[in-house]
Amino acid sequence: MSPPILAVEHLNIGFATRRGRLPAVHDLSFTVAQGETLAIVGESGCGKSITALALLGLVPAPGQVHGGAIRLEGHNLLGLGEAELRRLRGARIGMIFQDPMTALNPVLTVGEQIMEAILEHEPVGAPAARARAIALLDRVRIPDAARRFAEFPHRLSGGMRQRVMIAMALACAPAVLVADEPTTALDVTIQAQILELIDELKRENGTAMVLITHDLGLVAEHADRVLVMYAGRKVEERTAAALFANPLHPYTRGLIAARPRLSPGGERRRLNEIPGAVPGLDAMPPGCAFAPRCSFAVPACSAAPPPLAPAGDGLAACIRIGAADETAIGRREAIDA
Amino acid sequence: MLLLDVAPPAPALRTPRNGLFIRLLRRPSGVSGLLLLALILAMAASANLFYPGDPLDMVGEALLWPGADPAFPLGTDMLGRDLASGIFHGARVSLLIAAVATAVSVVIGTAAGALAGYYGKRIDAGLMRVTELFQTIPPFLFALTIVAILQPSIPTITAAIGITAWPGLARLVRAEVLKLRHGELVQASIALGASDARIILLHILPNTLAPIIVSTSILVASAILTESSLAFLGLGDPNVVSWGGMVGAGREVLRTDWYVATVPGIAIVAVVLALNLLGDAINDVLSAKDRP
Repeated sequence: MSPPILAVEHLNIGFATRRGRLPAVHDLSFTVAQGETLAIVGESGCGKSITALALLGLVPAPGQVHGGAIRLEGHNLLGLGEAELRRLRGARIGMIFQDPMTALNPVLTVGEQIMEAILEHEPVGAPAARARAIALLDRVRIPDAARRFAEFPHRLSGGMRQRVMIAMALACAPAVLVADEPTTALDVTIQAQILELIDELKRENGTAMVLITHDLGLVAEHADRVLVMYAGRKVEERTAAALFANPLHPYTRGLIAARPRLSPGGERRRLNEIPGAVPGLDAMPPGCAFAPRCSFAVPACSAAPPPLAPAGDGLAACIRIGAADETAIGRREAIDA
Repeated sequence: MLLLDVAPPAPALRTPRNGLFIRLLRRPSGVSGLLLLALILAMAASANLFYPGDPLDMVGEALLWPGADPAFPLGTDMLGRDLASGIFHGARVSLLIAAVATAVSVVIGTAAGALAGYYGKRIDAGLMRVTELFQTIPPFLFALTIVAILQPSIPTITAAIGITAWPGLARLVRAEVLKLRHGELVQASIALGASDARIILLHILPNTLAPIIVSTSILVASAILTESSLAFLGLGDPNVVSWGGMVGAGREVLRTDWYVATVPGIAIVAVVLALNLLGDAINDVLSAKDRP
C-alpha cells in the first residue's frame, strides 16, 4: 500500500458549553492512501460530519479541536496558520457539500465560481481560468459547457449543480477530496451518476477521498475501506468487501441488518431497526456507548470503553465479537435448517 | 426606526441583472415613485436652463401670490425672490447632499455590519458598542450639533448627515451577514481557499444587496428631511438655496402668505414620497422572487 496522503491521529473534537466540554469525536485515527476511498458511516450525530469539517479546519463554534494531528501530505493542518491553511484548502484538499443549492453563490454564474476557485490558487490570467472552467464543466459532463458557463445556479438542475460543485472542488486537482453526503439531496438515479463521475475523476487524478455518508449502498459500491463511527468513536474499520461479508461489531451488524431489502420471495419484510437512539453528548454511558442498545451486552461492557483491537482484516472495538459471531452463525444455521 | 420597518425577512437577491427595472415598472408604486423622482431629477438638471442666475437674487415684487404674475408661476417670497427658481435650484442642493450623505452612510454602515457579522466575537462586540453609542443620540440632534460646531456649509452638512445615519443599516447588514456566515455558501468558499475579503465582497454582500438597496432609498429620503430640517432651523448653507431654508424663511409670513412655506414644503413631500414609494416597490419586487 502506498504511504498515506491523509493521516488523522488521535483527533479529539469537543463542544464548549456552560456545563463543560462535551466530546463530539474521541481519539479518532485513520489514514487514507492515494487514490483510495475511505467511507465514514454512522447514524446522525455520531460525529462523522464534524470530522469532515475538521479535515478542512472548518469546525464551527462552539466546536473545537483539542489535540491530535491531521497530516495532509506531511503537513499537520492543526499547526498551520490561517494563511497557510487557505493555500492548502481548495488546492490540496477539496470538499463537496451536501446541498449544492446552498453551497453555490446565487448571484454569480457557475462559470465565474469555478474561475474563482482556480484564480485563488494559481497564477493564471482570467482568460486561461475561463478556458479551464469551461473544460472542467465539460469534464463533469455538463452538456453545452460554454453556454452553461454563464448560467446562474438556480437555472440548473440539482444534479448539474452538484456537478458544478465537483468541478469547483477538483479545479486545482487536490490530493484529497472530502465529500460530505454528496448525493443526499439528489434523486436516486442522479446519485449513481454523480458517484460514478467522482470515481472516474478520482481514478484519473489519483485523488484520495473521504466519503461521509449514511447510505450503505453507496459504501458497498464506491468505498475501498469503511470506518464505522458510533457516538464519536471509531467502532470498526475494515475493507469494504470484508465488512459487508462479515460485519464484526454489533453496531455494524445492526446497521447492515437495518438496510431495507426484498426477501427472495419478493415480499417485504419488517425492517430490523436498532432499538433506542444514539446517546446525547452529555449523557454518554461510562463503558461502551453502544452497550445500552446492544443485544450482546454483558456487565463488562458498561465497565470501560472497549479498546480497538485487531479483528478480521481491520480493527473493531468490542469485547463480545466472539459471542456475537456465535449467535449470528447459530441464527444462520437455524434459517438454513 | 424607519429603516427597520422596511425589509424584515430580507430575501436574497437572485438575479441582479435580470430586469429589476422592468418589474418595478409593473407596480403602481414603482411607476409613480420613478416618475416623481425622474421629474425632480429633471428639475435639478435643468435648473440653470430655465432659471439662469442666482435663485437668491431679488428679481420681482415681494410676496406675489402664485399665478399673480405669469413671470413668476409659483410667486415670490417676502424679498421678491422667485420661488420657482428656488425650487429648481433647491432640488440640486437637496439631492446632492442627500446622495452623498447616503453614500457615506451606506459605506460606513455596510462595512461595520459586514465586519461585525463576519468576524463576530471581539470585532462584533466592539463595532456594535460603537453603533449603540451612535444610536443613543437621536441622529437629527447629533447632526445638528455637528453642523452647529463646524459652521454650516454643504460639506459639513453632508458629513454630519452621513456619519449619523448609518447605525440602523449597520445592524441590518450585520443580521444579514450572520445568517449567511455559517451557511454552506461561506463554508464552501472557505473550503475552496477563498480569502476573507473575497468571501465578504463576492459571496456575502451581493447576497444581502436587497435589504441594502431598500434601506438606501429610505436613507436618501430621511437625509433630505434632515437637511431640510437643519436649513429650517437656520443651519443650512447660507450661500445656497435649499428647500428647508425656504420653508424656514416662509415661516415669518405663514399667517398671511402661507404659500411661501407651502410650495417648498410640497417639493419636500414629493421627493420623500417618491423615494418611499420606490423603496416599497423594490422591496416587493425583490422579495416576490423568493416566494414560489
